[in-house]
Amino acid sequence: MKKYIFYPGCAMDTSAKAYNESMQAVLAPLGLDFEEVHDWNCCGATEYLGISTVPAYALISRNLALAARQTNGDRTVVASCSACYLNLAKADYYMAERPSLGELVNVALAEGGLDYTPGTLEIRHLLDIIINEVGLDAVKERVTHPLKGLRVAPYLGCMVPRPDYKKRWSDYEYPNELDRLLKALGAEVIDFPLKTHCCGGHMTQISPTTAFELIRRLISSADHHKADVMVTVCPMCQLNLDAYQNETNQYFHTNYKMPILFFTQLIGLAFGIEAKKLGLGRELVSAREALSRIGVEVPQEEPEVKPRRKKPTGLPMPKMPVNEEKTL
Amino acid sequence: MKKQTEIEGKERIGVYVCHCGTNIAGIVDVEDVAAWAEKELGDRGVVITRDYKFMCSSLGQELIEKDIKEQGLTRVVVAACSPHLHEATFRKACENAGLNRYLCELVSIREQVSWVHTDKVAATAKAKAVVAGGVERVIHHEPLEALHVPIHPATMVVGGGIAGIQAAIEIADAGFPVYLVEREPSIGGHMAQFDKTFPTLDCAACILTPKMVTAGTHPNIKIFSYSEVTNVDGYVGNFTVTIRKKARYVNEELCTGCGICQEKCPAKVIDDIYEAGLGYRKGAYIPFPQAVPKFPVIDKANCVFFERGTCKACQKFCPTNAIDFDQEDEYVTVEVGNIILATGYDLFDPRQISQYGYGRLANVFTSMEFERLSNAAGPTNGEIVLRDGVTKPTSVGIIHCVGSRDRNYNNYCSVICCMQSLKFAHLVHERTGATVYNFYIDMRTAYKEYDEFYQRVLEEGTLFVRGKVAEVTDAARLSIEEGKLIIQVEDTLAGVQRRIPVDMVVLSAAMIPRHDAHDVAHLFGISCSANGWFIEKHPKLDPVATMTEGIFIAGCVQGPKDIPSSVAQGAAASARVLGRIQQGEIALEPVRATVDQSICSGCRICNNLCPFNAILFHEDRMVSEINAALCQGCGTCIAACPAGAITGTGFSNEQIFAQIEGLMRVNFQHEKMTELA
Repeated sequence: MKKYIFYPGCAMDTSAKAYNESMQAVLAPLGLDFEEVHDWNCCGATEYLGISTVPAYALISRNLALAARQTNGDRTVVASCSACYLNLAKADYYMAERPSLGELVNVALAEGGLDYTPGTLEIRHLLDIIINEVGLDAVKERVTHPLKGLRVAPYLGCMVPRPDYKKRWSDYEYPNELDRLLKALGAEVIDFPLKTHCCGGHMTQISPTTAFELIRRLISSADHHKADVMVTVCPMCQLNLDAYQNETNQYFHTNYKMPILFFTQLIGLAFGIEAKKLGLGRELVSAREALSRIGVEVPQEEPEVKPRRKKPTGLPMPKMPVNEEKTL
Repeated sequence: MKKQTEIEGKERIGVYVCHCGTNIAGIVDVEDVAAWAEKELGDRGVVITRDYKFMCSSLGQELIEKDIKEQGLTRVVVAACSPHLHEATFRKACENAGLNRYLCELVSIREQVSWVHTDKVAATAKAKAVVAGGVERVIHHEPLEALHVPIHPATMVVGGGIAGIQAAIEIADAGFPVYLVEREPSIGGHMAQFDKTFPTLDCAACILTPKMVTAGTHPNIKIFSYSEVTNVDGYVGNFTVTIRKKARYVNEELCTGCGICQEKCPAKVIDDIYEAGLGYRKGAYIPFPQAVPKFPVIDKANCVFFERGTCKACQKFCPTNAIDFDQEDEYVTVEVGNIILATGYDLFDPRQISQYGYGRLANVFTSMEFERLSNAAGPTNGEIVLRDGVTKPTSVGIIHCVGSRDRNYNNYCSVICCMQSLKFAHLVHERTGATVYNFYIDMRTAYKEYDEFYQRVLEEGTLFVRGKVAEVTDAARLSIEEGKLIIQVEDTLAGVQRRIPVDMVVLSAAMIPRHDAHDVAHLFGISCSANGWFIEKHPKLDPVATMTEGIFIAGCVQGPKDIPSSVAQGAAASARVLGRIQQGEIALEPVRATVDQSICSGCRICNNLCPFNAILFHEDRMVSEINAALCQGCGTCIAACPAGAITGTGFSNEQIFAQIEGLMRVNFQHEKMTELA
């Protein structure tokens, strides 16, 4: 068992439950033991760094400071989300490169009784750990149900290989790590030309039509290559391509039905783990048909449960006469 | 400005301070330096000091000669420019006046003082220190005699490309023997692969093959093809070179070059060398019809007989019984006086720039592949077609600067790519009528008639987009992009992003040093830059010589260049060699290191450090010895010797210590002195 400190990030427990479930299911077979960073906070995602540098880096570095405290010999922090991974790596890199930034961040951290010396931790993505620490040979040994006949589009998104601060990836423009992993699982991997192109990120909130175009490019290219499923390593990529696929279809009058799965889900399937334990069935564009081709039965989507309204705890607002007039 | 004082030493020293116009005098108060030296260094033997506007002028030299004769000077110190420039000038002046040339010391107050400092007071103080150091040092100089070694009249040219061929022919025509060593089965080099040459568009083969034939039939040229140099011993004028003639499995005495073996050979392999991977050759092959020499080679790795023990089709059909499967590598040793290295370049592998898709996307080609594609003797007989071998492209994108002028790969400009890309554009136009786009960062069309060619290609209607291509992809976004290669580029003149769908992409890949350039440099005892280009003695004034006497370089081995420049360098190198041969012998600087064999412990630390392979080790006596003719006096071994057993003439310990003491004479009190530390 190799021990690592794990930074889950906000998505793993919300939009990317399937990622979390499937990752937890494959950790033990891969010989990995993750210890979560205690009391971690949001990494600031893609926006905050663009708004205010020092507070943004302080927000990120609080996680690094907490993780550094609990290192216990192992200096590596693993992130499963691409944005979290990049933010943590960025903070570590720029605090060292710009000492003045490092000092300011540490002033902020000191308010909470924390400090962080850049370079203390190694920050790595889950895919990197599986490829370079677990190794493909160990993965292959575990494969009991090769994904034979499943055509997969390996999609990394933009934030995992770039910028490659520590030169960990085979090629920052066209990396082959995910391709090699999926091949080791027995899948038929297409040479996906857009593997490092952008999924739109938070453009879905700011300018949906821009995001739709970016999503369309990815899905149509995967479809063009006759992929059965697209595989991602990032909660945001998965969310954008899955949750907005329908709207994208409406916007462009297309009819794509490309299931978007996490790479850990396919690892789990190849290891013979039950579909349900891998969060399969949670995706919005169903992978049922695609996976039935390789004999995997995806559990029936649970009947839609209307989200329960939270019990209102606040007090009612006073009615404003102006509003009333307008509504009349 | 004469002054006679009581002196301690027995030497009578003259100090000459040069103004170098304003080069030195603008920053250093040269009059003050001269006056100071006369006053302060009188006790060290300085009997005369002068300053003069240009010491290197004939009037300046005459000053020194006159003083030597009239004042009986026994040592001379000139404070002027770097010894690289004028050491020889002032040594000659001393010699003219009857003083041993090595009793002159040139100290640099230009490159190391006036050009690098801005504070006049501090610079003047430093100049005084440097002069004092020179004076102390020159006291310990000894009269030396130059070493004279004979020059063997034969020359070796390594590399049979156009530069090497030119050099070989020039020397041979002058009546001296040449050994031309070529790694491949035929001479011709990269030029033999091209179809047309820019800017005149004359056919490469038409102008190259006559030269190849001349080299092949010249009574003074002996070609070793399919051969490599394995060992170089000796020194300028007297090299002993071992050549490995790789087994061709063809008896050259019997072979007529009829080509039947090639025809009958059943093995067909991709030709990565001559056809740049775009065509096939046989297991028994002559690389191209005009090959020189005409003898084929049986490629052992791809021969059915060597693989399975049966076949011998070539042997059965050979009319002169020239096939010899028992042939082995042969080692030949030759004596030569000079060596010219013209080993050429490799093409940058664009697979490294993965976003351009070479190797993944079928219709992305390298520039060398395109040369073969457009060559009438190439795999498609000159038809410019897509990788399927039949479809003519309707649109072609040519990308410049692939792997050059790019900090991720090579910073340098690869020189030929702009002109080569223009040539490609013209050929595509002429042969297919396709729309051609050139994607460039800057157009570099210097030299004779080059820019006129650019204008011509512009007028032909080639479209030019200024910008670095971001990506070549097959991921279509629009229906018109379906089935095409899309070039994504920022058009920096229009300030917009463009996506241009084309059928074919040609990558003008950079010229890079040969993959084994470092090994070759080591073998011949010369230096190459970090990226692998061989370093010339002087980038402007001595571009074909190297720091190692007797080894010259020509062509792309020194840096990227086009055919005219390669030919010029080949001829220039041969002129240098011919000059040497005509002299019959060469005078070598006597600045050499010597080993005191009674102190040498035989640790051999110096053996591998010597960049010139000048140190040999006597196993029997366990001591090292330095070959005076090979030694260049660099001093590396002296610094490294743990026993202090090695000394250098011209830079002995006494000389160095005395120079340091001289430097310390000046009291650096000025506030800016720390700047000089």
